Amino acid sequence: MDIFHNLALGLSTAVSLANLLYCLIGVFVGTLIGVLPGLGPTATIAMLLPITFALQPVSALIMLAGIYYGSQYGGSTTSILVNLPGEAASVVTTLDGYQMARQGRAGVALTASAVGSFFAGTVATFVIAFFAPLLSEVALKFGPSEYFSLMVLGLVASVVLAQGSLLHAIGMVILGLLLGLVGTDVTSGTQRFNFGIPDLADGIGFVVVAMGMFGLTEITRNLEQQEHRTVMAKITTLMPTKEDWKRMIAPILRGTAIGSAVGILPGSGSILGSFAAYSLEKKVSKNSAQFGKGAIEGVAAPESANNAGAQTSFIPMLTLGIPSNPVMALMIGAMIIQGIQPGPSVITEQPVLFWGIIASMWVGNLFLVILNLPLIGIWVRMIMIPYKHLYPAILVFCCIGVFSLKNTEVDIYFMALFGCLGYIFSKLDCEPAPMLLAFILGPMMEEYLRRAMLLSRGNPLVFIQRPISAVLLVLAVLAMMAVLLPSFRKTREELKE
Amino acid sequence: MIRSVKDFWTGLIYIFFGSSAIFIAQNYGMGTATKMGPAYFPSILGGLLIIIGLISVIKAFLRTGTPIGKFAFKGMALVLGSTVLFGLLVRHTGLIVALPLLVVISALASNEFKWGSSIFTAVVLTLFCVLVFLKGLGIPLPIIGPWFGG
Repeated sequence: MDIFHNLALGLSTAVSLANLLYCLIGVFVGTLIGVLPGLGPTATIAMLLPITFALQPVSALIMLAGIYYGSQYGGSTTSILVNLPGEAASVVTTLDGYQMARQGRAGVALTASAVGSFFAGTVATFVIAFFAPLLSEVALKFGPSEYFSLMVLGLVASVVLAQGSLLHAIGMVILGLLLGLVGTDVTSGTQRFNFGIPDLADGIGFVVVAMGMFGLTEITRNLEQQEHRTVMAKITTLMPTKEDWKRMIAPILRGTAIGSAVGILPGSGSILGSFAAYSLEKKVSKNSAQFGKGAIEGVAAPESANNAGAQTSFIPMLTLGIPSNPVMALMIGAMIIQGIQPGPSVITEQPVLFWGIIASMWVGNLFLVILNLPLIGIWVRMIMIPYKHLYPAILVFCCIGVFSLKNTEVDIYFMALFGCLGYIFSKLDCEPAPMLLAFILGPMMEEYLRRAMLLSRGNPLVFIQRPISAVLLVLAVLAMMAVLLPSFRKTREELKE
Repeated sequence: MIRSVKDFWTGLIYIFFGSSAIFIAQNYGMGTATKMGPAYFPSILGGLLIIIGLISVIKAFLRTGTPIGKFAFKGMALVLGSTVLFGLLVRHTGLIVALPLLVVISALASNEFKWGSSIFTAVVLTLFCVLVFLKGLGIPLPIIGPWFGG
């Protein structure tokens, strides 16, 4: 089988000493930021991106990927031990995980989460290895109109999945697209919206925007609501009972399936999968009465789902060059920095890179199980680090990181500007994630729109005359209509709380 | 009567950005649908943003929303101010002054600020950054800047 041959190639790349080390650093940092308060994967990857200039492309991407899926593990640890989700994707884990901890079964919950995550990570690795080449092949047939419609679908999905007002999210997307156009127009060479600032010739750096709107904004927001963390639960035994194992198997399988499937959808990543897996489990489980009171199924299923989703969300990025969430957008940025043009040709032109990243995910998951079970004691201590010591350090890393992008302090000022903007928007219930996604897609969308219209001689109907493009647009319309349905609206609002 | 302040202000912000985009784009060539000029796509987006903004403003009068939470002006000013100050100073004073200032000023934003622990954090972070970022990764920032004869 080709897939095993390819995975073997990837594995041989991933287990080179240097790559093992970067993978370990990645998952370590990932777990760390998952555990630490007020620091998410988007801000972290943005901060570390400049440092990856110096690395080999494959090592850089292996490390950054490790941070992302590693943060899913760390996030669940805080959910279980202190009832505070370290990551958005582990919100549901607090429901049953923390209850288990209160019953003295924190260790068992952690094991359920780690075992589920590891299994899901393994399956998701194969899912990527199997589907990514297929999708790449389809994508090679994509013309500009298909790409344009695909981006529309991606943006609509990010709007649908955003929390808060739908109208505001649409506005944020359009604003993001506009901000993405700042700088030199590739086709005409015209300087657009640069206000006479020469530093804007290449546009506003997306790392600058990400650090401003995710890094600085988060700091200001976290300072408003200072939380006190106390680890109530003592970890006595990590070993689940026979009964626990039995109850875990089916939820892990279902969670993995849901997470993998949902993760591929544009705009979602790991968050949606964990919610979907939890609600499904609650419906089908024999023990549904126990949910919310410490059911192990309620930990195993969403934890498997979020890890599977975190990994399969790499598929659109690796095969189409289109980010499905802000983290993937940063990964695309990392590839561009390394001189690799993301898109369907990566798999054929850079097989070592492509398969190396995929195989490293499995290796990384292995590291994560070791980091998160036997070494759990380290992280428990990390949870207690007060935020007041942490945020000045985050700020320092943001400032130096953003400076080092182009060695100019102008980027620091722009980061502060976006931090301010992000704070105002957060007060107005406008989410930054769809905006950042649109910001990255803006210039690409304009390019594809131009090319599509040039090929069709100015006929906008081309987007519905080409079948694949039409299907993508219909999906976008359906997604938009689904939000307006009362039942979907209700679930969406429930998720908000 | 404005019934949803959030919708109202969001709408105004969108209208502002949308009309600015269209206004500024007037300076660039519009082109045609077949051969789009640099002003084409931004003008479409600007138009859409104005429409979204208008709907949001209208909605603000029709549907009651939640009030805007309090702005933490002090926290925001300290965090963003220290960031900008770092940018202004770093090339002139070097990291050894700019970085501790960044740490201590931003730390003032916390309710639990203490001089001792912030100065300690500042020293540790400065050492760390000098070793890792300047020496290790070779980021071209001066340790001691020209203002202090560096």
